[in-house]
Amino acid sequence: MLMYSVKRLGLAVIIVSLAMLMLFSMIYLIPGDPAAVALGPRATEAMREALRIKMGLDQPVWVQFWNFFTNAWTGDLGNEVLSDRPVAEVVMEQLPYTLALIAGGISWSVALGIPLGCWAAVKRGSMPDRIVGILSVAVIAVPSFVVAIYALLIFAVTLRWLPAIGAGEPGDLGDQLVHLILPSLAVGLGWVGYIARMVRASMLEVLEAQHIRTARAFGLPENMITYRYALTIAILPTVTLLGVGIGQMLSSAVFAEIVFARPGVGKLVYDAILTRNYPLVTGAVLVTTVLFVLLNLIADLIVGALDPRVRSRF
Amino acid sequence: MTVLTIKDLNVTFSTEGGDLRALRDVSFEVPERRIVGIVGESGCGKSTLINAILGLLADNGRIDGGSILFEGQELTALSAPKMRDLRGQRISTVFQDPMGALNPVLSVGRQMQNIQYRSGLSRAEKDARSVDMLRLVRIPDPEHAWARYPHEFSGGMKQRIAIAMALMMEPALLIADEPTTALDATLEVATIELLQDLQQQIGCSVLFISHHLGVIAELCDDVVVMYAGEVVERGTTRQVFNTPRHPYSIRLLECDPARQAERTRNLPTIPGEIPDLRRRPQGCIFANRCDRKVAACDELPPDVAVGDGQVARCILAEAV
Repeated sequence: MLMYSVKRLGLAVIIVSLAMLMLFSMIYLIPGDPAAVALGPRATEAMREALRIKMGLDQPVWVQFWNFFTNAWTGDLGNEVLSDRPVAEVVMEQLPYTLALIAGGISWSVALGIPLGCWAAVKRGSMPDRIVGILSVAVIAVPSFVVAIYALLIFAVTLRWLPAIGAGEPGDLGDQLVHLILPSLAVGLGWVGYIARMVRASMLEVLEAQHIRTARAFGLPENMITYRYALTIAILPTVTLLGVGIGQMLSSAVFAEIVFARPGVGKLVYDAILTRNYPLVTGAVLVTTVLFVLLNLIADLIVGALDPRVRSRF
Repeated sequence: MTVLTIKDLNVTFSTEGGDLRALRDVSFEVPERRIVGIVGESGCGKSTLINAILGLLADNGRIDGGSILFEGQELTALSAPKMRDLRGQRISTVFQDPMGALNPVLSVGRQMQNIQYRSGLSRAEKDARSVDMLRLVRIPDPEHAWARYPHEFSGGMKQRIAIAMALMMEPALLIADEPTTALDATLEVATIELLQDLQQQIGCSVLFISHHLGVIAELCDDVVVMYAGEVVERGTTRQVFNTPRHPYSIRLLECDPARQAERTRNLPTIPGEIPDLRRRPQGCIFANRCDRKVAACDELPPDVAVGDGQVARCILAEAV
């Protein structure tokens, strides 16, 4: 397991480095002079030149990349344009809110999706199976911002059960959790459908496997066969799917944070784009990338922990 | 004393192309402490027979007639929970494919623990019993092998582990469904010797299914020859192998590569194919491939007792 983790971690470092290279190329290829953008139309040529030197834009491109690369690995993402505060600090302030949102979304999708999919597979062909099938497609088809707006209208505006906007009182965990319910539902609801379908499909496959027949031939109780023998194998593809799906959840988080006026990295990037705060955009996207790679890594480690065959392959 | 008595068993599957009668009037016995071999080509109903005994027929299959008497209990009338209590305790099974027969994400020890869930033993006692069983099937270093996962063992070891699991509760009947087919020749011999050994120690009966005639002849006391869902002939191994009476048994034995006296590039085969079981012929099931066919073969042949315990389902059995 240790060897597996180390190798998988090395792979993650390579992926993040490549992402940095792509991100840097993107910024470099965007037409226009970042210094001019930062200083606005009324700056003089001398001021622009000074800022260019300060930003290192006079250096050859590979030196620029190397500086960006080494600084980024040490946590220095430059300073943002508006307040001149370090980008890393600004992003880190917002990161916990987004992490909480993603965690909430995953909780919804796992807590509802796995039991529903499992139930549908065990009751294959029955009415519950068909209802789960229809509901899955329905929630997958509805975009997260539509879920967000309707959840807001129904539960916050009409029924007044839950708060409409914000992230809750700082330091008050209960209040923050209450504020998390609707946004995380908006992020996670579509994934309930994906996971239910995925779990159903892989459960059906596993239940046909020879070792399940063996388990039945040993007279094991049906519950033990379903949960200990079949589900533990059937959730493996789901964990991998979730790892990849976190990318999509991160983009849903942008909508959820805007609709519910929550702080978070998505809202931060959205505001930064509107104010053309490029260092902040770059920094926030890079942090999001690292987050994605890290969560993927965790998903893979979970698969490794659950499946001895994966562990031994590395 | 017989452990298992199957009488006139019929199994039908409903398929899209109509009802498929997979077993027709199957009868045979497994006496105490004896090894009974079932031999027949692929698709002759061996697996259906096992599933019917175990109560694990697919959802579209049903037993329509006949009885399966196991230790005095009528299995066809047994409730699902009662049937489950028998499986793994009184009737155990070793399947063909050792690669897929064990759960890949649970350690061998955990799986052996689960099989003993009815035993009422403490966890430590169960584990000690598991280690003993692993030692009995000659798994090296059983104390450590216990904690390992199926993919860490070779095919032959996995099959031995499967045998250990099957015999752990000291069943009255062990069903071995082609347990050596997936193994190479040397392992096959070793596994069969092991099975023979353990059968002696535990004193159980064995229903041994194989299409390998040599293995059947070597291992079994009695033989049941199946063809297209029917028992065409049964008797002691000596009777069936030395004086087969059903034309199918005769032809099947002629086709055994081990029986070829001369070097040949052309092994004998039985011309024709198994009939479509959805349109099972009214008469003898083997008639369309039989070279001794007469007009009377269009009627269902009786089970003819041709010797002491030897029975053949052929009107010509006496004459052959």
